[in-house]
Amino acid sequence: MKVSYFPGCTLKNKAVILDTYARKCAEVLGVTLEEIENWQCCGGVFTTSKDEVATKLSSVRALKYAQDRNQPLVSVCSACHNVIKQTNHAIQTDAEFSDKVNRYIAPESPYTGDTQVYHYLELLRDVVGFDKVKEKVVNPLGGRKIAPYYGCLLLRPNTVMQMDDPENPQIFEDLIRALGGEPVAYSMRNECCGGYVTMENPEFAKSKSKAVTDNATAFGAECIVTACPLCKYNLDKNGNSVPVVYFTELLAEALGVKEDETNA
Amino acid sequence: MHKDNEKMKSEIIRRSGVNPSKCMRCGKCSGTCPAYDEMEYHPHQFVYMVESGDIEPLLSSESLYKCLSCFACVDRCPRGVEPAKLVEAVRLSVIRQQGANHLTANDIPEMLDPDLPQQAIVSAFRKYTK
Repeated sequence: MKVSYFPGCTLKNKAVILDTYARKCAEVLGVTLEEIENWQCCGGVFTTSKDEVATKLSSVRALKYAQDRNQPLVSVCSACHNVIKQTNHAIQTDAEFSDKVNRYIAPESPYTGDTQVYHYLELLRDVVGFDKVKEKVVNPLGGRKIAPYYGCLLLRPNTVMQMDDPENPQIFEDLIRALGGEPVAYSMRNECCGGYVTMENPEFAKSKSKAVTDNATAFGAECIVTACPLCKYNLDKNGNSVPVVYFTELLAEALGVKEDETNA
Repeated sequence: MHKDNEKMKSEIIRRSGVNPSKCMRCGKCSGTCPAYDEMEYHPHQFVYMVESGDIEPLLSSESLYKCLSCFACVDRCPRGVEPAKLVEAVRLSVIRQQGANHLTANDIPEMLDPDLPQQAIVSAFRKYTK
């Protein structure tokens, strides 16, 4: 199966392993991520105001690209996924916004929000299936205690994202189990890491992310897993030394494609 | 309500798509807000102040730049008021004015850290700059 793939700015720079392992693991699981040509940065955060149009056009172009190829649109970064999915929802539900973006982009046929938008985790759960992922595991994680960190962007706003129960999500936990790890239950897994405010006020962001890492380690976490480069940055910088890894790293390790990458 | 305040209120309501009169003052938005301690005006106050047309004090408040866009207040509001959308609409009223950007490219170099992901920079620009 082939899908349109939106990597995003950070996956081309600071989070290259989020990108490369996502591609490799998808191949193992029978999915090819076809990178969208000339994709543009999603902007990092969705602007909720209804009269903001230009800031959402990059997402619309990506969505239209996937629709023209009759493919679902997949991203790995939590932020890209959030922005693209919220933009798609705005097109589906706000006729005035939909009219405006189509006038800007002027496609041959209007884009009406038909593209299926998946986060890579949803691709694993809903398209590949965690059972199939489990079958492909060659290096089970040996019961390693892994704390899933959802943060905000994967789950909220739930009316739009519809990934999982926003207060008791299971998708990361189910993936960790499929890979042979043991998910750690802790209370801060869907609280904010401090986000972009780390630019202006790093101490504030540290206090937010330290509450998360301290909570995870108090419940026995050997590592924390995330899908978001900004979450990883904030969790890494707060003074708690617990390793924070991308979920694609664990996936690559379990599927036996991580060493290839190191040797390449 | 003064005519100017009425006008500003209707503009914020139109832009945000939020109906602040649905609020039942339970305070759950502020209770769940991770930036609460940093804010001069808290999420529940944003809702009440927009509803009553008392928007002027919000325009000059640093609280506009403390919201993390985490959508916790949006998801946890029992009345579906979506306070974060009001904060965003008021912030845009400010930064859309000439010379009113909260962050400029010249501010960036001293904030850089070799590990900082690009995502942080583009997100901050999206929130603070027009």
